[in-house]
Amino acid sequence: MKLIDQEQVIRRMKPRLFRNTFFKYLFLLATGLCLIVLAVLFGRIFIQGLPYLDWQFMNSLPSRKPEEAGIYTALNGTIWLMVVVVPVTMILGVGAAIYLEEYAKKNRFTTFIQVNISNLAGVPSVVYGLLGLTLFVRTFAFGKSVLAAGLTMSLLVLPVIIVSAQEAIRAVPSSFREASYAMGATKWTTILRVVLPASLPGILTGSILALSRAIGETAPLVVLGIPLFLAFLPNSVFDEFTALPMQIYNWTSRPQDEFHALAAAGIIVLLALLIVMNSVAIMIRNKFSKRY
Amino acid sequence: MAILVEMRKEELMIEQPEVNKEEVYQTKDLNLWYGDNHALKHINLDIFENEITAIIGPSGCGKSTFIKTLNRMVELVPAVKTSGEIYYRGRNIFDKNYEVEELRTRVGMVFQKPNPFPKSIYDNIAYGPRIHGIKDKKILDEIVEKSLRGAAIWDEVKDRLKENAYGLSGGQQQRLCIARCLAIEPDVILMDEPTSALDPISTLKVEELIQELRKNFSIIIVTHNMQQAARISYKTAFFLNGEVIEYDQTNKIFSTPSDKRTEDYITGRFG
Repeated sequence: MKLIDQEQVIRRMKPRLFRNTFFKYLFLLATGLCLIVLAVLFGRIFIQGLPYLDWQFMNSLPSRKPEEAGIYTALNGTIWLMVVVVPVTMILGVGAAIYLEEYAKKNRFTTFIQVNISNLAGVPSVVYGLLGLTLFVRTFAFGKSVLAAGLTMSLLVLPVIIVSAQEAIRAVPSSFREASYAMGATKWTTILRVVLPASLPGILTGSILALSRAIGETAPLVVLGIPLFLAFLPNSVFDEFTALPMQIYNWTSRPQDEFHALAAAGIIVLLALLIVMNSVAIMIRNKFSKRY
Repeated sequence: MAILVEMRKEELMIEQPEVNKEEVYQTKDLNLWYGDNHALKHINLDIFENEITAIIGPSGCGKSTFIKTLNRMVELVPAVKTSGEIYYRGRNIFDKNYEVEELRTRVGMVFQKPNPFPKSIYDNIAYGPRIHGIKDKKILDEIVEKSLRGAAIWDEVKDRLKENAYGLSGGQQQRLCIARCLAIEPDVILMDEPTSALDPISTLKVEELIQELRKNFSIIIVTHNMQQAARISYKTAFFLNGEVIEYDQTNKIFSTPSDKRTEDYITGRFG
């Protein structure tokens, strides 16, 4: 006695195949829509901004006259910002990840911290701006300096870096650690010579993606009161500065059309910077990713 | 006396294997718990130098746990508790003053699955000596060659020392791991089912290698494969449910076991 009626199976075949095809095109449509929106956005920015994107634009200080205005201070300020953010986040983020993965005992307290770090990654950036304003600008009296903004941005991206570094460290097979311990290696030697080299691609990829976010963030800078218009360059981390997103924000809020075009050109520079950083992340991942 | 034993080790092995051998390990009433699970029960085993001691038993009988206790790797598992003593060359390894790193420089380990580092073949072998502070390139070169020769893999890899170890086959990787273990010049080598992930031909090569290593090292090998224990070991311990049921010369265990349970296991009635 057979429990499955073959004829019925055949009869049901057609609708099954139809659903199969239907979902394929549904997903294609979803991807397509995203791409179209992105393409329109890019197209508009490039049409508007490309004519203004020249050496003079890259190399000039901001100005009230659109034909003389440039992005030099903002680009410089963004680079200064990264000078603070990169070391602070890498050292603190990777350090915290190593502690949580390799040293911390797996108990309730660790889980509690873990959940909170993941939650922090979802806190709106404005909140970090407010924290930075109270803590770094006022309490520590760093003013609206590169340092204050850099530390605020660091706080903003730290949770992301910690979580991604933790994932990279966790992905290192425990058999590597065992092999190292079994030869009389200490924990620190094992971390330094086995765990970190094996997890470096993952850590770097995650970090660069997080840093890309820091480059594009505007809200915390607005809250900190970073100037929208600045005609000089910072000389140290204690100087005032302005950054690319601030400059773009400044130009878009002007009534003149020329400034809007300048904003578009600024966005192209920002995008280029992001693409370069992301490509570096992908290159690192491809170059160092080992099969095991 | 010790010197005499040292000098005559070779002959003694062949003529009178039992005479005047020193114990490398003596365990005294060893108990181990994973949380509430009593995994090792009152183990008293003496393991002698320059012998191959096989540990057999069905899955979950504690044989892997036991061998991992010998170099305290078992402590990597959370919530492990032990009682009793294990003397390695006369020193209690659970002693507070006995650093676990020190113990592990004398006791090497080969794992179930080949686990080379994702580094070059050379760097894999040089890892141990390097962490123990050897920086001289010449000495490292020498250690690498000696270890790879010792593990009978030198001829296969001598032209590709700078290549990634993961380009090797599974059997070669396992012999590389044995070579890596030899590079720290251990006294004892613990092997936790070293051939269970290998094909028959690689298994044969590793077994031949283990026979060869016996001349210079004391080897304790956990194996799932009773034929393997019979082929390579001099002594065999049969574990069941965390207890040592029988421990004797291998040929005795496999021909005239004194315990009914040993007989049942080796004749394939369970396990």
